[in-house]
Amino acid sequence: MNTRRRNRLVAIVFVLGGTAVTAALVLTALDENINLFYPPERVVGGEAPAGVTIRAGGMVADGSVEHDDSGLGVSFVLTDYQGSDFVVRYVGILPDLFREGQGILVTGELDDERVFQASQVLAKHDENYMPPELAGIAEAESSTPPDPHAGAP
Amino acid sequence: MIVEFGHFSVVAALLVALALGVVGHVSAVNSVWRSLVATLASCQLLLLAIGFAVLVRAFLVSDFSVAYVAENSNSLLPWYYRVSATWGAHEGSFLLWILIMGVWTWAVSLGCRRLPDEIFGRVLGTMGLLNFGFLLFLLSTSSPFERLLPAAPPEGADLNPLLQDFGLIVHPPLLYTGYVGFAVAFSFAVAALIGGRLDAAWARWSRPWTNVAWAFLTVGIALGSWWAYYELGWGGWWFWDPVENASFMPWLAGTALIHSLAVTEKRGAFKSWTALLAIAAFSLSLLGAFIVRSGVLTSVHAFAVDPERGLFVLALLAIAVGGALAIYGVRAPTIMSRARYGGFSRELLLLVNNAILVVALAFVLHGTLYPLAHEAMTGGEKTSVGAPYFNRGFVPLMCVLACFLALAPVARWKRTPLSLLKNSGLMCVAALCMGLVLPLVLGGAFKVGAAVAVALGIWIMLVHGADVWRRRNSTTRGYLGMTIAHIGFAVALMGIGVTSEFSREVDVRMAVGDSVELNGVTYRFAALRRIEGPNYVADRAEFVTDSGVHLYPEKRHYPVRDQVMTEAGIAAGFVRDLYIALGSALPDGAWGVRIQDKPMVRWVWLGALLMAFGGVLAVTDPRYRRLRATDGLREARGSPWATSGAGPEPSAGEREGAPLARRKREPKAPAVGHSPTT
Repeated sequence: MNTRRRNRLVAIVFVLGGTAVTAALVLTALDENINLFYPPERVVGGEAPAGVTIRAGGMVADGSVEHDDSGLGVSFVLTDYQGSDFVVRYVGILPDLFREGQGILVTGELDDERVFQASQVLAKHDENYMPPELAGIAEAESSTPPDPHAGAP
Repeated sequence: MIVEFGHFSVVAALLVALALGVVGHVSAVNSVWRSLVATLASCQLLLLAIGFAVLVRAFLVSDFSVAYVAENSNSLLPWYYRVSATWGAHEGSFLLWILIMGVWTWAVSLGCRRLPDEIFGRVLGTMGLLNFGFLLFLLSTSSPFERLLPAAPPEGADLNPLLQDFGLIVHPPLLYTGYVGFAVAFSFAVAALIGGRLDAAWARWSRPWTNVAWAFLTVGIALGSWWAYYELGWGGWWFWDPVENASFMPWLAGTALIHSLAVTEKRGAFKSWTALLAIAAFSLSLLGAFIVRSGVLTSVHAFAVDPERGLFVLALLAIAVGGALAIYGVRAPTIMSRARYGGFSRELLLLVNNAILVVALAFVLHGTLYPLAHEAMTGGEKTSVGAPYFNRGFVPLMCVLACFLALAPVARWKRTPLSLLKNSGLMCVAALCMGLVLPLVLGGAFKVGAAVAVALGIWIMLVHGADVWRRRNSTTRGYLGMTIAHIGFAVALMGIGVTSEFSREVDVRMAVGDSVELNGVTYRFAALRRIEGPNYVADRAEFVTDSGVHLYPEKRHYPVRDQVMTEAGIAAGFVRDLYIALGSALPDGAWGVRIQDKPMVRWVWLGALLMAFGGVLAVTDPRYRRLRATDGLREARGSPWATSGAGPEPSAGEREGAPLARRKREPKAPAVGHSPTT
């Protein structure tokens, strides 16, 4: 076999092998590790499955944050300000930007009582930044009478 | 007025960049223009430096009539954060990116002044066109010089507290130097493809630049990881966040590139593959810019969302990548490798290295862009890809890579005598024993991941150490650089394995006086004080361990933005870090406290620094200077480079990697390793 053919063969083997390995890795790893996002409406509407890791998000409802008397448990309500609210339960340290009225993302599972048991609570590190998932909710919110503080720099 | 002067200066730089792009490419054909190219490169840098200095000054004197300053600074901010706030948000950081592009362009115009007209003009011309695109983007969508006149606010909105940190001062400049540095490799590839001369000389010229860019990117990523570790208060050092991936993908491509360049230079093989990698590395840098600056993906790092900017970057990406690939598509089929290599050779190992890195890259790219594709296909359904996805694929790939890396020092070009493998096998057994025993003895438990990582790390170190010893009288800086970088990889690997498997963490509720035990260390919440910083007030806790280590985690409140920030208390060590972060104050006066024990976490960054150091050390190898001189000489004597006609067939000795001495004696022998297919 001449050099050119041999090199070409080696190249083809590597390309095919690489593609196969990539595809295999992607397929096995992707399976369990993509988390679908559900807005409050779909969590409340029952479309979100229980017992499966999902993502959800919304605004932390005013006055809904309740810390346990002992331990680090906390529960709060996420809302879209359109009448869909659900309760989130989390044990651990909340991020610095977690506060009432803030848009946040939670990752976790819905339990049998359809309480969202969060394993991770994510708030953005810039208060002007809105996660793309929540952009729809934010638009809906801004159609309500404007907050006098919203435009402050 | 000064601000307008800066703005004007950047507009002038836009025109100069365009002129550089045109004149550069023209000078490749007509060398009359050559002398103008270097002048334009210097001119561009000067104008950009003026523009950037003006912006820095606006921050230093707190000129809030400039919108960008008003949004990102405050008169209470210490002066060093005012300077670094210049690149604290989108507009200024992109100006920094462009300035660094100007620096690289200027450096190439100096460092490559002896190269043939053809390649010199095309490289700088391509860089000029790229910078023209960047400047057009900056000036049309995101100028940092816009004014808020006549109603300038009396006070600025302050820099995001997360960014008020040493990390911000150094992380973006280093990272951008790496990102943009790949533009040099990209331009070299494009220039060589246009000229149809993709050969060993081309690889030799672009190697030092690629190494330096890669080293900067390595340090930049490591610093970002370290910054996230101590600043975010989670104690994690890598989150597989889209923006982290955005910097990691060019790194993977760049790592593959510096290895592939070695083969192209020494053996004249993998030529078109190397060119493709050079294009890919910079394209991925641009993709990273798109991910970060468009806000299309959920990330903890993203700048504010702006679809217009996203579209612009996407258009830039499409033009640069599309153009380069089009040239590649036309030229690549005419390029042919003639090198021979046997079954087990250094070429084959480097090919395996490239294959693994590219598979890893494709895997990470897929995971990063999957949410976008999913949303587009399902009509708006949002998803995210979690860290387990990335770990599942990436970790095994890196373990396989490490195995092949341990074979690297014994492999020879063309064919390796199998007898050389014997020692490596013995060391493998020794390393395996140590990998099994060490984590068990020191960590007190058996963990597969840690054992594998430690065994592989020790194996790599032993093999490389033995090889250095064998060659102790004949090492070159290039060789030492490679060895140090490989040992750095081993150090990082061991750090990652051990810290991932043996880290302990607990979230507890604590009041002053309470104690908690974690991994054999007792932490006592000794005191809580209120302190005042220049632009914040903080609750500062004092924790004391039973061995007398004091940690001072803080919870800071920045009134200007009404933002709360966690400042972790860290007792750093070579063997382990103790890490405490305060959560929120609870209604009864207790605090949520996160305590972590992270063994060998410093090794991750230490390894990265070693890799970068190795990369730079290899560049200082005198051989690059020597070869540059001979390349120049060759041109002067009328080599194929100067006459642009097809040269004679390369001598076998040249292609087969003749020793340096011979090359020096035969300055006329062309280092060209390709010929048209027909």
